Amino acid sequence: MAVTTETREQVKALDKYKYGFVTDIEMETAPKGLDEDTVRFISAKKNEPAWMLEWRLKAFRHWLGMKEPAWAKVSYPPIDFQNAYYYAAPKKKPTVKSLDEVDPELLETYKKLGIPLAEQERLAGVAVDAVFDSVSVATTYKGKLEKMGIIFCSISEAMQKHPELVRQYIGTVVPYTDNFYATLNSAVFSDGSFVYVPKGVRCPMELSTYFRINASETGQFERTLIVADAGSYVSYLEGCTAPMRDENQLHAAVVELVALDDAEIKYSTVQNWYPGDENGKGGIYNFVTKRGACRGRNSKISWTQVETGSAITWKYPSCILQGDNSQGEFYSVAITNNYQQADTGTKMIHLGKNTRSRIISKGISAGHAQNTYRGLVRVGPRAEGARNYTQCDSLLIGDKCGAHTVPYIESKNRSARVEHEATTSKISDDQLFYCRQRGLSEEDAVSLIVNGFCKDVLQELPMEFAVEAQKLVAISLEGSVG
Amino acid sequence: MAVAATPSAGGAYLERYADARRRLAAGSAPWLEGWRRAGAEAFRGAGFPTIKNEGWRFTPLYGLVEGDFSVDAPAAPFDQSRIKGVTFGREAGNRLVFVNGRLRGDLSSLKQLSPGIELLSFAEALASRPRLVEAALGTAPGLAGHPFAALNAAFAADGYVLHLAPGARSEAPIEILWIGSGADKPPVYHPRNLVVAGNGAHATVIEHHVGLCIGAYFSDTVTEIALGEGAVLRHCKVQDESREAFHLALTGARLAAGAHYDSFVHSAGGRLSRNEIHVALEGRRAQCRLNGAYLGRGEQIVDHTTVIDHVSPETSSKELYKGVLDGRARGVFQGRITVRPNAQKTDGQQMNRALLLSDKAEIASKPELEISADDVKCSHGATAGELDDVSLFYLRSRGIPEAEARRLLVEAFLNEVIDSVALAGMRLTLERNIARWMAGPA
Amino acid sequence: MLEIKDLHATVDGKEILRGLSLSIKAGEVHAIMGPNGSGKSTLSYVLAGRDGYAVTKGEVLYRGKNLLAMEPEVRAAEGVFLAFQYPVEIPGVSNTTFLKHALNAVRKHRGESELDAMQFVKLLRETMKKLGMSEEMLKRAVNVGFSGGEKKRNEVLQMALLKPAFAVLDETDSGLDIDALKVVSDGVNSLRAPDRAMLVITHYQRLLDYIVPDHVHVLAKGRIVRSGDKSLALELEKSGYAAFAKEAA
Repeated sequence: MAVTTETREQVKALDKYKYGFVTDIEMETAPKGLDEDTVRFISAKKNEPAWMLEWRLKAFRHWLGMKEPAWAKVSYPPIDFQNAYYYAAPKKKPTVKSLDEVDPELLETYKKLGIPLAEQERLAGVAVDAVFDSVSVATTYKGKLEKMGIIFCSISEAMQKHPELVRQYIGTVVPYTDNFYATLNSAVFSDGSFVYVPKGVRCPMELSTYFRINASETGQFERTLIVADAGSYVSYLEGCTAPMRDENQLHAAVVELVALDDAEIKYSTVQNWYPGDENGKGGIYNFVTKRGACRGRNSKISWTQVETGSAITWKYPSCILQGDNSQGEFYSVAITNNYQQADTGTKMIHLGKNTRSRIISKGISAGHAQNTYRGLVRVGPRAEGARNYTQCDSLLIGDKCGAHTVPYIESKNRSARVEHEATTSKISDDQLFYCRQRGLSEEDAVSLIVNGFCKDVLQELPMEFAVEAQKLVAISLEGSVG
Repeated sequence: MAVAATPSAGGAYLERYADARRRLAAGSAPWLEGWRRAGAEAFRGAGFPTIKNEGWRFTPLYGLVEGDFSVDAPAAPFDQSRIKGVTFGREAGNRLVFVNGRLRGDLSSLKQLSPGIELLSFAEALASRPRLVEAALGTAPGLAGHPFAALNAAFAADGYVLHLAPGARSEAPIEILWIGSGADKPPVYHPRNLVVAGNGAHATVIEHHVGLCIGAYFSDTVTEIALGEGAVLRHCKVQDESREAFHLALTGARLAAGAHYDSFVHSAGGRLSRNEIHVALEGRRAQCRLNGAYLGRGEQIVDHTTVIDHVSPETSSKELYKGVLDGRARGVFQGRITVRPNAQKTDGQQMNRALLLSDKAEIASKPELEISADDVKCSHGATAGELDDVSLFYLRSRGIPEAEARRLLVEAFLNEVIDSVALAGMRLTLERNIARWMAGPA
Repeated sequence: MLEIKDLHATVDGKEILRGLSLSIKAGEVHAIMGPNGSGKSTLSYVLAGRDGYAVTKGEVLYRGKNLLAMEPEVRAAEGVFLAFQYPVEIPGVSNTTFLKHALNAVRKHRGESELDAMQFVKLLRETMKKLGMSEEMLKRAVNVGFSGGEKKRNEVLQMALLKPAFAVLDETDSGLDIDALKVVSDGVNSLRAPDRAMLVITHYQRLLDYIVPDHVHVLAKGRIVRSGDKSLALELEKSGYAAFAKEAA
């Protein structure tokens, strides 16, 4: 009886998480555990230049002396960093010219995810740098981008073809000493995306990457670097879903953005890693360091994120506003249900004159989840005329969850104006009843009202993502009422 | 890079004042001595907080940790004439006067105490009402694990004890005047105050901390307040310590059902001041209002930290702090609102606004909401900025000189909080203080 | 169509409806008039199934089924519509999205196919044209920033789309000036049909000049104290509610 019940439960669980499936693909992995040899193995495997290996080793040595941060409002059992694999690559040759050369099993995986590459290439006009377990396997629309001088490839490829660019920018926004997870990433990152948009070029399409964790016990350490040269513009989409796993999986990505004079980078994320089951078992640990440097005058970096997945989300996409008149934006929806924990927010560091930042954060907490906005707005003494506006709203669904708001506001310039507003409330009975009187089920009513609550953020997403994100909002809250 | 103090500083501090502790222990009841010893041990373990402690990240204790103070120093000679001009209201009110942390009966007067109200010094209360003190001591929220509550316990020698029988009402406000008079060696004192109000009791307490000296001193005060059902306490505090003083004040208030704690704090003095208030709204429909108006200039650090714990349903809290910072002053506001899982129908509103008048002045603000109940209305807001250019121009275009216009706008900015003070006499004093402050450093 | 028998209902433990009985047939328009506190709004919420309104006695049969056993959305899908006295604002949700969700939920329940975006917009445009409404209202969030008249018109639009069998209009005239009242009433009148019944709840006779009822009932202290035809409303206008309050006592 126990076995059948268990099987039935598993099937039910699979139903719930529709992206939860495992693709069987042969992996070539580094031995389990982490030491200098692991770092050397990864670097050698990727045929990296000596300076890159040196940098990784410096990071690794620094990491040995670091402690895991404990300030976030998340709790989880200790992670055994020695009991994980740090490198896994699909066995087939990872360089392909067209989709035909891609492992058919892989393509099938994407089809199940609802992101058939071929169709996207044809219909949506989106160039996709698909990352399957750490190594790029397909890049589309490359030719078209190349003609404009735009480099969009895996960071490993960039290391081979454009080492001078990588060397010039990597680690300059998130140094290898930055924090426990970023330092770990610096030592062992496997792959990620690299984008360079040359002077005055406006990237004509949304650049997009889909991440997936696949192999069991494979830590995922993506590293993305985007450089927008003077007067350029690029919009980058990142979205992810992960297959169901029983044991927790660690994800520690680093994203670095650099915007030079008059350049603009728009970075959008829909994060839907496996969140664990209704009882909080399983799920991804997502410890991400994302930071953008507005180095140039009039530059702009805009982060938009919809975070619905992961058992633990720990990320603070930030902007360092160095250039005069530069702008930073952070639009966030974070939904936690069941036993999910999210501690997310942003840092806006105003250094240059007349720098502006805007933060709109919407946190939704249901079930037994804990949802924290943690943010910092810092205005330095030279940031004459800096402006910040922050609005943080939290919505609670049910009386077992928590919503927390921890903003830090530091202003060292009198001409700066900083405004922060935060509210916490629940869905009103009036709204629910009104919707139900018009025929909507309670669940649909909640999803509709929550989507309305998130609208200011969702409308910042590129069209391709906006629809998907709205669906995600509804799916994420399934089972939260009634 | 700031140098962080080490916890061992706690042990060293205790060693330095071992004599004073021995003097206190002599003749103390065993329970009291046990309590002081527990405080000392807690402080030895914790030491002085450093900027690495989350609650103190903006408030470095430079000059305090290494300071050489004298505990329990004999009070300097001090006569009645010097307290004129620093008292509130009628000369013949209910007033306790403390000089360097010790009650001066000769300067105090208790003439209009209503029935059911007892007001005495902590030292007197230990002798005449030991059971009252023993029951009340160490029960307020926010004290556990707080290094300065522990330090205070280790050395507490005096303070005031206000006891209100159920239904008792104090007609006239009760005034507590704290005078820092300086001494040969900078004094340190650790007043422990207790307010115990029975069901339905009403009282107004005005505290005035004033420095009548140039030198440094260190005041480490703990005030414990327990309000019974429906009790109301208005608590106004004016902190006008000397320019070199360290003023650390921790207030913990527990409220039973329907009780109301109304606090107003005005902070202008001290080299470093921290006014920390913890309120536990334990009974249904308990409510509190915490307001503050602060001024900082020179190298001052002015810290206001509040923690409101909504324990029961239908509790409400309202906070408004406004500060004006000039020179190289740093303002700190930390405000946490916690709503416990069953505290439904909670209403918690908080606002902190800071005005920066100079290029070197700074503000650090950390409002915090920690909410574990769904049927709540909570909000916080924070703003920082300079005087509004348009308003300034408007006033000047009407012929008002710039300095005057600035003063008017700063006063208007603070008025919103000052107006919340119920006592008219108090409001006038505050307005005068602000006008004097605007006129420039003395 | 609707049979209310000896209905008793409490709010916060206080009895508001005390033995209300009423029978409404298809095609009829009934008006319920009564002073403040007589239980008018309570009746509409009880019929629509709002939480916090406890029925302690009596029953309500809707097309032969026990209405009180149904969830609010089931009642809506079965054709019970409440035009709210105070339509609720839902920030961020566009009126169009809301209407589409509602209509498709109801259609699904009725076994009809759900409309896709194109079909829906076409239907919406036609309906609005019939009601003489501007499309500008559709882009805005549900009732957010709407004037009193716009909110009530939005209710009528929803009614026209959802095509209920039984509609309750709760103080639809409140907050309307005379022009808006006329527009809203015209909308309601255009929805009168042989297979549709309406219950118009109002404090004032004025509305009944525009929506002329077949039957008028006076509600006082939680029960119907007098029933008649539309002349009863005029009588009430002259004599006031005081006389009826006595009858109820």
